[in-house]
Amino acid sequence: MSHSKQINGVDLVDSAPGDEPVEDDAHGLVAYLVGLGLATLLTAVSFFIARTTLVWPPSIPVALCVLAIAQMGVHLVFFLHITTGPDNVNNVMALAFGVLIVLLVIVGSLWIMSHMNHNMMPMDQIMQMQR
Amino acid sequence: MLGKLTWAAVPFDQPIPLIAAAMVGLVIFGVLVWVTVKGYLPYLWHEWITSVDHKRIGIMYTLLAMVMLLRGFSDAIMMRSQQAMAYRSEGYLPPEHYDQIFSAHGTLMIFFVAMPFVIGLMNFVVPLQLGARDVAFPTLNSVGFWLTATGALLVNISLVVGEFARTGWLPYPPLSELTYSPGVGVDYYLWSLEISGVGTLLSGVNLVTTVLKIHAPGMTYMRMPMFCWTTLAANLLIVAAFPILTATLAMLLLDRNLGFHFFTNTGGGNVMMFMNLIWAWGHPEVYILILPAFGIFSEVIATFSRKPLFGYRSMVMATMVICLLSFTVWLHHFFTMGAGADVNAIFGIASMIIAVPTGVKVFNWLFTMYGGRVVFTPPILWSIGFMVTFVIGGMTGVLLAVPPADFVLHNSLFLVAHFHNVIIGGVLFGAFAGYNYWFPKAFGFRLHEGLGKAAFWCWFIGFYLAFMPLYVVGLMGMTRRMQHYDVAAWRPWLLIAALGAAVILCGIILQIAQLTVSIRHREELRDETGDPWNGRSLEWATASPPPVFNFAVLPHIQGEDAYWDIKQRAIEQARLGDEPAYTEIEMPKNSPTGFICAFFATFMGFALIWHIWWLVAVGALGAFTTFVVFAWRDEDEYIIPADEVAKIDRANRSARREALVHLQPVQ
Repeated sequence: MSHSKQINGVDLVDSAPGDEPVEDDAHGLVAYLVGLGLATLLTAVSFFIARTTLVWPPSIPVALCVLAIAQMGVHLVFFLHITTGPDNVNNVMALAFGVLIVLLVIVGSLWIMSHMNHNMMPMDQIMQMQR
Repeated sequence: MLGKLTWAAVPFDQPIPLIAAAMVGLVIFGVLVWVTVKGYLPYLWHEWITSVDHKRIGIMYTLLAMVMLLRGFSDAIMMRSQQAMAYRSEGYLPPEHYDQIFSAHGTLMIFFVAMPFVIGLMNFVVPLQLGARDVAFPTLNSVGFWLTATGALLVNISLVVGEFARTGWLPYPPLSELTYSPGVGVDYYLWSLEISGVGTLLSGVNLVTTVLKIHAPGMTYMRMPMFCWTTLAANLLIVAAFPILTATLAMLLLDRNLGFHFFTNTGGGNVMMFMNLIWAWGHPEVYILILPAFGIFSEVIATFSRKPLFGYRSMVMATMVICLLSFTVWLHHFFTMGAGADVNAIFGIASMIIAVPTGVKVFNWLFTMYGGRVVFTPPILWSIGFMVTFVIGGMTGVLLAVPPADFVLHNSLFLVAHFHNVIIGGVLFGAFAGYNYWFPKAFGFRLHEGLGKAAFWCWFIGFYLAFMPLYVVGLMGMTRRMQHYDVAAWRPWLLIAALGAAVILCGIILQIAQLTVSIRHREELRDETGDPWNGRSLEWATASPPPVFNFAVLPHIQGEDAYWDIKQRAIEQARLGDEPAYTEIEMPKNSPTGFICAFFATFMGFALIWHIWWLVAVGALGAFTTFVVFAWRDEDEYIIPADEVAKIDRANRSARREALVHLQPVQ
């Protein structure tokens, strides 16, 4: 859907998403291949870490979290083309808004649910806690 | 072969739904016959059903909302009359039927009246205000509309085939789990909202992209009309919140259909997680509805006060602050469910804080009117009626945000009065203001003013008669959703409330009369120039109804109130700007993708409700195939030649030139 043609006179920077200028094919392909390589590497390392004895066992969940966040970063940069360039402000803002909302809902839910579980626990458990 | 579906699903023993459905069926059949006999079918198919024009889709959304308003209002009349009669008696509605009526009323009014009404107005107006030729994704827009229509259709099918949910407008487990609601009612609710929720999400993505990306040259963010800003905020909320609804309802579906235990107590699930998640969507949802209404009032009040909007920047700030804060208050819907004092306190304070930017807006509207020469047309009557009513609703809302007060008022009719106070007084009054305001833009003639004012007064007085008594009985301890009651002191108030519903009914009849009379007298009410109200924003810079391409040449914007500047320059120089150099315009081709996708989705939804698995497969495959065919088409645009554009635009320019003589410069 090429809207840039429809809206004659509009600054092309302001074109609709998906209207990105055709990139140099070879360059685009290299970026995707690097991304694929990194993503595969991170996935493989996750599987490896999960079963290894090389690291201190209680740290494994933390390591998996770090790898998962790195994985998201790789996807954002190499596949979704989030950059810091001026033509990318809207995408970065949308991402920030999304992250904020997800955090609000998840952290808020955990907080609310833990309080409810605490307050609404069966009577015998409450009695035990009060002893 | 037909799953759970048998003849027993049709309620032959209940005359009320059967007669109602027969009437509706007759009307639909009659319209279809009339359309076919008159030979309008090809026109409807080519110009409306397959249209990807944002204006036509917006009009269809609004029409859907108005038709569903009639259905939802008939539920309201039944509830009011039942409660008026059911003092120490059973009334005329048996409990299982009454429960379906209040559930259907809430579901229809929120999802299929308020939502399509505001989405329709946003769809119609926003590209015009931005100076754009269309929305960012025209075909996606059509898909979104038809999926919403599918959801509405499924809810209405439940009237004759099977039953609707008896769980209230939000199906709280454990009541909505299979153990306590074994029928298809909850499945009707869940699947129609899953399907229409996809449609809403698509239209949200589309409108966010449109506001952010598709502008006329010079239309920077801080020059956008207020309605564009509130549209942006509301649609950001749609994109962020509707996935929560879809996911929550999907979990309930898994519980009911595949034996999962997300919300069961027996299998290790947690009922409270449903309340938590549904309100994490539900609170942003009320701002999705009210923010566009705020935008409509901003446009209407500025236009009819003949002044620029007071405090434009503070208005933008207030809108975006509400957009963010709306995600921090959801617990106030379940203060009483055991979160404890510290959690309740934080969310209570957040709920009071969110009233502040709303207060900023009210003062901005008041200052816009202050010192202006207010023209009392129907749109501004709705706006002033809104300001009075909404402030009362907002105050009772702040009262409910105090947790100790909420413990007394939770689930009482005080709460029911409060949210009708803000949804009717805010969203619906806004939708009607917008309908009266932009009708001439959509159809080229104004709505009859006298009948419009009469309709307003009936609605306004009827609203107070119907809902102020509910505050009183709520404080007297009457809970919501009561099928009958034994307290003598409540009776007079409920009789007044029933009278109020009757007055609102007069308002609705007057609105139908207004539309009919206006269509009959359209030649006298004709809007020749495209600027019937002496407007300020760009939608008034083009003809009424606008040509398919909206603007022959995209205007260059040099400040806020884009069209006002152009108009004042023309008045000062006593001539229109020079005729522009017309060029050919490319527009997106119409596509039946949306209609066919929704056609298959309807069968799929119906089959999922009744467990007709082969039909589920057929529906899913059909919808997917439609999408693939659409994705592979080669030609998606057609060209309107330059002389065609010139011909259309010159007609409008000559009308404007004649009108220019009568316009006086404004200081």
